[in-house]
Amino acid sequence: MEKGTEHKEDMTCYHCGEACEEELINYDDKAFCCNGCKMVYEILEENDLCNYYDLESSPGISLKNRDYEEKYAFLENEEIQDKLLNYSSEQLNKIVFKIPAIHCSSCIWLLEHLDNLREGIITSRVNFVRKEVTIDYNPEVISLKKVVELLATIGYEPEINLQNVSENKAKKESRKLYLQIGIAGFCFGNIMLLSFPEYFGFEGLDQEIQRFIMYANIVLALPIVFFSASTYFTSAIKGLRQKYINIDVPIALGIIALFGRSLYDIFFHIGPGFLDSLSGLVFFLLIGKWFQSKTYESLSFERDYKSYFPLAVNRIGESGREVVQVTELKEGDVIEVRNREVIPADTVLLSADAAIDYSFVTGEAEAILKASGDRIYAGGRQVGHPIQLRVLKQVSQSYLTQLWNSDTFQQQSKYETLINSISKYFTLGVLLIALITGIYWFFTEPGNILNSVTAVLIVACPCALSLATPFTLGNAMTILGRHKFYLKHMSVIEQLWSITRIVFDKTGTLTKGTSGNVHFQGLLTQDEKNLIGAASLGSTHPLSRMIHAETYTSKHFEPLSFEEVEGKGISAVVEGHDVRLGSGSWINGVHLNDQETATKVYLSIDNIQKGHYTFGNVYRQGLEKTIGALNAYDLSVVSGDNESERVTLSSVFPRATEMLFKQKPEDKLEYIKSKQGEGEELIMLGDGLNDAGALKQADVGIAVTEDVSAFTPASDAILYGGNFNNFDKYLGFARSTKKVILASFMISFIYNFVGLSFAITANLTPLFAAILMPLSSISVVAFATFAVRGLAYRRGL
Amino acid sequence: MSVIIILIILAVLVASGFLLAFIWAVRSGQYDDTVSPGVRMLFDEKKEKKSEKKSQN
Repeated sequence: MEKGTEHKEDMTCYHCGEACEEELINYDDKAFCCNGCKMVYEILEENDLCNYYDLESSPGISLKNRDYEEKYAFLENEEIQDKLLNYSSEQLNKIVFKIPAIHCSSCIWLLEHLDNLREGIITSRVNFVRKEVTIDYNPEVISLKKVVELLATIGYEPEINLQNVSENKAKKESRKLYLQIGIAGFCFGNIMLLSFPEYFGFEGLDQEIQRFIMYANIVLALPIVFFSASTYFTSAIKGLRQKYINIDVPIALGIIALFGRSLYDIFFHIGPGFLDSLSGLVFFLLIGKWFQSKTYESLSFERDYKSYFPLAVNRIGESGREVVQVTELKEGDVIEVRNREVIPADTVLLSADAAIDYSFVTGEAEAILKASGDRIYAGGRQVGHPIQLRVLKQVSQSYLTQLWNSDTFQQQSKYETLINSISKYFTLGVLLIALITGIYWFFTEPGNILNSVTAVLIVACPCALSLATPFTLGNAMTILGRHKFYLKHMSVIEQLWSITRIVFDKTGTLTKGTSGNVHFQGLLTQDEKNLIGAASLGSTHPLSRMIHAETYTSKHFEPLSFEEVEGKGISAVVEGHDVRLGSGSWINGVHLNDQETATKVYLSIDNIQKGHYTFGNVYRQGLEKTIGALNAYDLSVVSGDNESERVTLSSVFPRATEMLFKQKPEDKLEYIKSKQGEGEELIMLGDGLNDAGALKQADVGIAVTEDVSAFTPASDAILYGGNFNNFDKYLGFARSTKKVILASFMISFIYNFVGLSFAITANLTPLFAAILMPLSSISVVAFATFAVRGLAYRRGL
Repeated sequence: MSVIIILIILAVLVASGFLLAFIWAVRSGQYDDTVSPGVRMLFDEKKEKKSEKKSQN
């Protein structure tokens, strides 16, 4: 067996199919992109499971940069095991894992052959649709931790979530829908069959048999009305209780009207009723609903697992500080959280004291004081000096995303969303049309009243209308998420439609936050550098971060106290020294002349001025092109910095750009407010933590971030700094979705118009309506999905 | 003519049998996953081979 490492570009990994760019490992005449992939191959080869590679080519999951050492230690805790296990006895434990990585038939094959890989695993079954695997194992032979580690090493890391036990509910829901469809189909078919004599005019049929058939139809229609259609009734009643006419109201009314009319006709020997139409209507409605839920499921799956923003945190390991993904945190890790950062896991406080602001969770902004040893739950934010915490329990990323999405921080809806405003009037309008139709026929031909009114109620259902928005925006959100532009909510896209002005912060947004050239004017000893490194650590301001990166050494001091004055600077007591970093006027106590030209941060230690840092501004690549492409908007640059960069910025930005310098966070907020007062709608792009106020005030606040979490309730979207140069494309794409939605509305209205014109004239059989409705829903959904994807493709997204 | 009534009742009863089978199938989870069973049946059973290989070694 040969084994070698060399650099080569156009080889792809035999295991995961990724290009072997960084390294190439040859093993067994096959190429692998990393040791992880090779190891999986070895494991499979040893156990004669290479069939895995025959079913699909390169089916594996890349194992680059993964490290599972001790990550799952918490699974040895019996309490946690109890929570996770579905069944447990001495020789058999059953557990269900959610594994988002399941994606092809090779995955199913390998996961169902786990028993060949390890002694102790008895059977394993995959549910492909739900991305779940059910494993039976013998706890005397193999521990839960080992099972999970095995899954993780072969690339199928399960998602372990202690809070989410609501899974079963979803299962029951989908089973109920299947049952409803099945029973509706059964009754529909039989009613149609029994109705054949009626279609041929009942000639030559016994009165007795006619009667029997009608009553049999009623019996068959009962399960349809009371079981299959029950969801529409409950939903309509729920809506009415909240004094809101939802889309199920007209459907429920239509069903009641059809059923009541049929009973009346049959019991009073008037005619055979409309039970065939009623059952057909419900059957087709349910089929449409099933199709919707299928599509929606795949959409939300993509959103949940593929477009999460990556949340990072500072972990303090043996080798010092490192930035890791929140998902990589494990129990017992020590993390450091700085001023205004979110605590990403349930933790115990190690530092002496902390002030935690739980506004994320509770909406109360008052900070709560905590002492060393106190338990601090995920979602709190530290206010003040940096604190160290030990992780007690991992929290799923979805929990943190939920916090971001939480209603507490939904902007006070300044806009009625498009669909809400339309559908409210729509339903009222339909009821009105039904009423007028009824009155008209009452005076001309009373026999047509019920037929036409029920037809109007049924055909004008706004299902298609209400589907257009979620499908269009949901797809757009997924596409943007793939390009690291994470939106908080679909409604953010709607707000982007009406933007007139874009406001940029300079530092960290237009310039690169981390790689500016930092120079110190003056002399510093290594000890002093260490002090500065410790003091600047606590601040999340882009300039502090740059200074910290410059002065950071492995030697670390714990600041005794830390204070950050917004727009001025930071002061900290480190090792008995009073270290201050900040603006000239704040440090020196004197106002410097306004001719100051460079970005400077002044330093004093124990009230002795040591000099200042200057920052070379490194602008993002492609800035000129991006700004040029945004010429349809009014632009502003609002910077906390002095005027030194005005000349450079003027060459990039159009002449009409408003540029404001030396703006404190409050000033930025005021600027946004004053512009809004003039009727403008603004996007603010800035640092998520320091410009929080302005981001929140802006109609759409976008936090631009490089590596560290900009997790703040204030922002409506998070944009990865490296993709800033594509911002114009994202914005253009988001705005083009409006056309898609309007076009979908048009399609839906055309269906409704055609349907209504037949219905009003009493020419529409309810059965035809029942076919038309799901057809319109399906075509609108298909149109929205394909149109959005097409637009994204055309824009190169 | 009343034989038709009996026939109808019989026909509906037979059909109900299939309906019950369907309800049972849904309840027992056969509709929860409609993808993997189709793939699963195509897999070769390789367990024996493994033991063969071990005995060879």
